[in-house]
Amino acid sequence: MYRYDEFDERFVRERVAQFRDQVARRLEGALTEEEFRPLRLKNGLYLQLHAYMLRIAIPYGTLSSRQMRQLAMIADRWDRGYGHFTTRQNIQFNWPKLRDVPDILDALADVEMHCIQTSGNCIRNVTADHFAGVAADEVEDPRPTAELIRQWSSLHPEFVWLPRKFKIAVTGAAHDRAAIRVHDIGLRILRHPETREIGYEVIVGGGLGRTPMIGKVIRDFLPKEELLAYLEAIMRVYNLEGRRDNKFKARVKILVHEIGTEEFIRRVEEEYARLDGPSINADPEEVARIAAYFAPPPYETLPVRSHQLSVQRGLDPAFARWVDTNTFPHRVAGYAAVTISLKPVGRAPGDITSDQMRVVADLADRYSFGEIRATHSQNLVLAHVRQDDLHGLWQALGEADLASANVGLVTDIIACPGLDYCALATARSIPIAQAISRRFQDPARQREIGPLQIKISGCINACGHHHVGHIGILGLEKKGIENYQITLGGDATETAALGERLGPGIDADQVPDAIERIVGVYLRERTEGEEFIATVRRIGLEPFKRAFEAQGAGELADAAA
Amino acid sequence: MAAPKRPPLPVILLANDLLDGDVVFHTGRGWSRDPADAAVARDDAAAAALEAVAEAEMAANRVIDAYVVDVELAADGRPVPRHYRERFKTLGPSHRPDLGKQAEFARK
Ligand code: HEM
Ligand code: SF4
Repeated sequence: MYRYDEFDERFVRERVAQFRDQVARRLEGALTEEEFRPLRLKNGLYLQLHAYMLRIAIPYGTLSSRQMRQLAMIADRWDRGYGHFTTRQNIQFNWPKLRDVPDILDALADVEMHCIQTSGNCIRNVTADHFAGVAADEVEDPRPTAELIRQWSSLHPEFVWLPRKFKIAVTGAAHDRAAIRVHDIGLRILRHPETREIGYEVIVGGGLGRTPMIGKVIRDFLPKEELLAYLEAIMRVYNLEGRRDNKFKARVKILVHEIGTEEFIRRVEEEYARLDGPSINADPEEVARIAAYFAPPPYETLPVRSHQLSVQRGLDPAFARWVDTNTFPHRVAGYAAVTISLKPVGRAPGDITSDQMRVVADLADRYSFGEIRATHSQNLVLAHVRQDDLHGLWQALGEADLASANVGLVTDIIACPGLDYCALATARSIPIAQAISRRFQDPARQREIGPLQIKISGCINACGHHHVGHIGILGLEKKGIENYQITLGGDATETAALGERLGPGIDADQVPDAIERIVGVYLRERTEGEEFIATVRRIGLEPFKRAFEAQGAGELADAAA
Repeated sequence: MAAPKRPPLPVILLANDLLDGDVVFHTGRGWSRDPADAAVARDDAAAAALEAVAEAEMAANRVIDAYVVDVELAADGRPVPRHYRERFKTLGPSHRPDLGKQAEFARK
């Protein structure tokens, strides 16, 4: 894992001291709320409905067991004993008191964590594939790239006051698990088809929110060493031309859309030609220094298949089901990457208690070299588990209510905090997720349905990624009542697509039935082995729309009867 | 700037405490964390007085995000915000009855 050097350490401590001083001045009345607000946001401190909220960065989603224990300590000492993992690979605490926040930031700095770049119009915490470094389909670990971008962007004077927030995601694999096509910039590490040299595919202008867009490829292949200069060219074009007059139009996606991909490429390349690349690009020694932090852990040499695992699978069907859904092929023989589901039936997606945090930390120490990942689908990953250890791990997780065998299935729902916490929300998200997961709780039925991603947001800001859910749910307000729009056919991967609306919005209590009907059409129409999203693509929206409308009509008939 | 339109009567004044972030209600004399203590303004003059309190209290850096919301009166006379958003502010997260005011000020 990346460790702070003296410079990082000093930088973070100085920021804490600065914020302590700013809080003191706010409490004395020397700063008004208008003056203080941007300062607290720069340190990840928001005001939600019931309390303040602190958003803590987990760079590229990787954290150590020591950091996880510190988060548990913070949850117990200064919050209400739990935290919430988000789609941005961050963790949020929902009840901190302003007077305690400087102490919390110091406690975070003790374990090399902070809340910088979790808010405000800067380059945000860079996200990455949660199977970075272990996925069998990976060309190169994306985290050194993410770390390089973090270092370059945290300090860059030109980019601390952008027209709007700016989000970058990186993957090193062919299959996109980092949703790079819905970020301001998405980077995919690949090999040049002829030279086999390593470089990046560069995608710009994706995003969700009020105006969702799929990013456009602006470079098929950028040599690896040219990354920072090229990013700088993109940022300059954006910084110069991005609209500051209207915050809804200020994202780079709007610029790309308004001037067109060709013109955007032309301007970036023009700027790039003007830049002094060598003075901007990272020193190869520095790149090597960063990469060394992400060197693989000391794996054992093991047989490809664990005999013990086969035996235990045979003896225990519940364990076998968990292995099928919650483990992912590891590139090293005899190992597996394990996803710990934070979606037990009927609970708030992404929430974890301090006791569970400590269990995960202990299990990471015991089974996975002390390393933990947070995924954008609000789960956790232990990335390096010996297949021989899977059964022991599963049992220990089960004791802490962390062994739900539902990763990628209909109950593995993404949901933003919605109106249960968020001041911007127009409707609740969490109770909708709970109701759907209760409706579909039967494990056999979930497996029968197969991979299906439901994503829920409590307003058009789309923090719950609803546009790219196979089924998306958007909570709105209609005449003083919560109302939900259902979309179908969204996809966050390399075949990214935005979902389309099925029909008029519906009431909260109708949502589980609507999902039921959609799933019913799929089960009826699917061909052998065809996954939900493939069926939607093949047969189109019409059959689903008809079923959805039939529900509305049925209810009208009921009401009239 | 024109003053934002005031919601229909009756109204109460709520805010977040600057130090704690907790939702607080104006009682007519000061702030209380219990929604049942909220002073109910039933006419324009009383509502305008609450709005003036909101401005003054924000300027004095005691609270943030202070504004008046329209309420209905429950059978026992307690004010209940008409809009669900503000209703949640008087209760807490709906999926966590163990947290927030619904837990702290639970009434039999
Ligand atoms: C309660 C605190 C939150 C506030 C105030 C907030 C605010 C916002 C706003 C205003 C946007 C729209 C930005 C734009 O379109 O320019 C947005 C987008 C987004 N937020 Fe949040 N959010 C909050 C919580 C979260 C949480 C909990 C998550 C993760 C689950 C999250 C992840 C995202 C993501 C992924 C977007 C995507 C849209 C994009 O940037 O293209 N946010 N948020
Ligand atoms: S989508 Fe809306 S309701 Fe949900 S967290 Fe984002 S801003 Fe809040």
